[in-house]
Amino acid sequence: MSEEKKRFKSLNIEGSKYYTYLTNKFENREKWEKPNEKTIKSYIPGKIVKIDVKEGQKVKNGDTLFILEAMKMKNKIVAPFNGTILKVHVKKNENVPKNKLIVEFK
Amino acid sequence: MSLKRKTVDLIKRREKIALGGGEKAIQKQVSLGKMTARERIIAILDKDTFHEYDMFIEHEARDFDMDKKVLHGDGVIIGTGKVFDAPICIYAQDFTVAGGSLGLMHARKITKIMDHAMKMRVPLIGINDSGGARVQEGVNSLAGYGEIFYRNTLASGVIPQLSVILGPCAGGAVYSPALTDFVFVVDKISKMFITGPEVIKTVLGEEISMEELGGAKTHSEITGNAHFYADSEKECFEQIKELINYIPWNNNQKAIAIKPKEPKKSFKIDEIVPSDPKQPYDVKNVIRAVTDNSDFFEIHEKWAKNIVIGFGRLKGETVGFVANQPFVLAGVLDVDSSDKSARFIRYCDAFNIPIVTFVDLPGYLPGVDQEHAGVIRHGAKVLYAYSEATVPKISVILRKAYGGGYIAMNSRHLRADFVFAWPGAEIAVMGPEGAANIIFRKEIADADNPDEMRKKKIKEYKHKFANPYVAASKGYVDSVIEPKETRQFIVHSIEVSINKSSSMPKKKHGIPPF
Repeated sequence: MSEEKKRFKSLNIEGSKYYTYLTNKFENREKWEKPNEKTIKSYIPGKIVKIDVKEGQKVKNGDTLFILEAMKMKNKIVAPFNGTILKVHVKKNENVPKNKLIVEFK
Repeated sequence: MSLKRKTVDLIKRREKIALGGGEKAIQKQVSLGKMTARERIIAILDKDTFHEYDMFIEHEARDFDMDKKVLHGDGVIIGTGKVFDAPICIYAQDFTVAGGSLGLMHARKITKIMDHAMKMRVPLIGINDSGGARVQEGVNSLAGYGEIFYRNTLASGVIPQLSVILGPCAGGAVYSPALTDFVFVVDKISKMFITGPEVIKTVLGEEISMEELGGAKTHSEITGNAHFYADSEKECFEQIKELINYIPWNNNQKAIAIKPKEPKKSFKIDEIVPSDPKQPYDVKNVIRAVTDNSDFFEIHEKWAKNIVIGFGRLKGETVGFVANQPFVLAGVLDVDSSDKSARFIRYCDAFNIPIVTFVDLPGYLPGVDQEHAGVIRHGAKVLYAYSEATVPKISVILRKAYGGGYIAMNSRHLRADFVFAWPGAEIAVMGPEGAANIIFRKEIADADNPDEMRKKKIKEYKHKFANPYVAASKGYVDSVIEPKETRQFIVHSIEVSINKSSSMPKKKHGIPPF
């Protein structure tokens, strides 16, 4: 039993530590992070077919930032607020996975 | 021509059609490690019981030069037979004929045998091995799929439906298996997905192999779409036969009982569960300690392992078991384990199989991912399924039964017929640590030594509430039993429930949290 015992991990449920195996799904789950409002990420994997902004550029709420082609659709990604572009993290024609940082605001 | 010569002609015709797509295509099938459609049917059914229909069906496609092509049996074999004497309707798609593609007549053969299964109220086994819709037949092949899905839905809960995936099953075709009761997959042979790796690569830029995307391991370990995993087709067929042996032919019957046997002596029921509620153990040993011959036929063995479901026999009669598994994630309920157990409870209820629940869980799995994945809705399925089930429902609380988990796991309040608890059971609103921290918050904070005070209060709470007698004093637990009395109490409670009458309010159907 003691050899087997070493393989168990502890799991805290309401203040009690239980000894148990963990599943791969549980161990590899993504830690939730508070979304940073100053960053624009790809919400779906796709290709950046057009970039409309440069570093330092001032944009208004609703201005087009870039076009992400995914699922046969050219998705227009617009500025969610008035602000200044700090950095553009992609190049034109780049394929991006989901949740890739594309544009950062100041 | 004399009848004798005509008979010889018939035999020749049959032989030709039985070759499906011809020697070359058969060789290719074999080189992929697959059996042919006909071999599969014969391997599943009792010897010499297969009777085939619609062998001489011809396809009706006229466009794209299809009228010049002969497709034997239109790429699917249908018929009836027996498994352990149970009558069975069966179909098998034949990949050697035009890749088992589904056209109008192919679909009509399948729906014919489905209608037959429904009329005769016998189980249906479908073997899937098909490249998908026959593109040349256009909307007719879509119509074919739709007719199959509709029948799957109507037959759900009336006759057992088994889907065996022995090749590709992609696109819309996957919805038929998904609508059926049990899905069987075989390593390296089964492939199921809505969109294949090619499309995913071109559209999304994600590279994944077919095996990783929708192979047998993926569906039995990650998605939960498959209920049974086998290393070979032969092993898969044994699983099918064993399952057929446990379930009734239809929803108006009971599963056929076999000769009762006592559990094996090697399973010592009073030595399996550690008294410390934090220590793990394998709950399958508790199940095997009570079932006939210690047999347990597990479903979804590799997915959502924190709950265990499957069939066993008690005094020869089939029983469905649901048990929290302290070995994995301390046996908590989460999104996947809720889905897994709720559907099984509904299966048992639809097919008149009594449900025995072994309870030992600390509650629901905490986490942002769980909450955001909708654990509220999924967890509610368990409550819904237990509340709605009218078959005999028996619970045995082995150890922990805390909070919402206690209510969900077939408690008296959801109309369990019999609730038993072992003497080590802890039935409480939460574990002693959590409860003491809340109830005695002030005392602990004000104490000179808060840690010591906390320990003292936890001990106090444990002593007063972490036992089965508070629930028993209110009638929520019917009997506190010795572990070794478990089998006897369960068997007896099922025996006395034989005429159970319990009805739901009249309604078209409920609205479960799907």
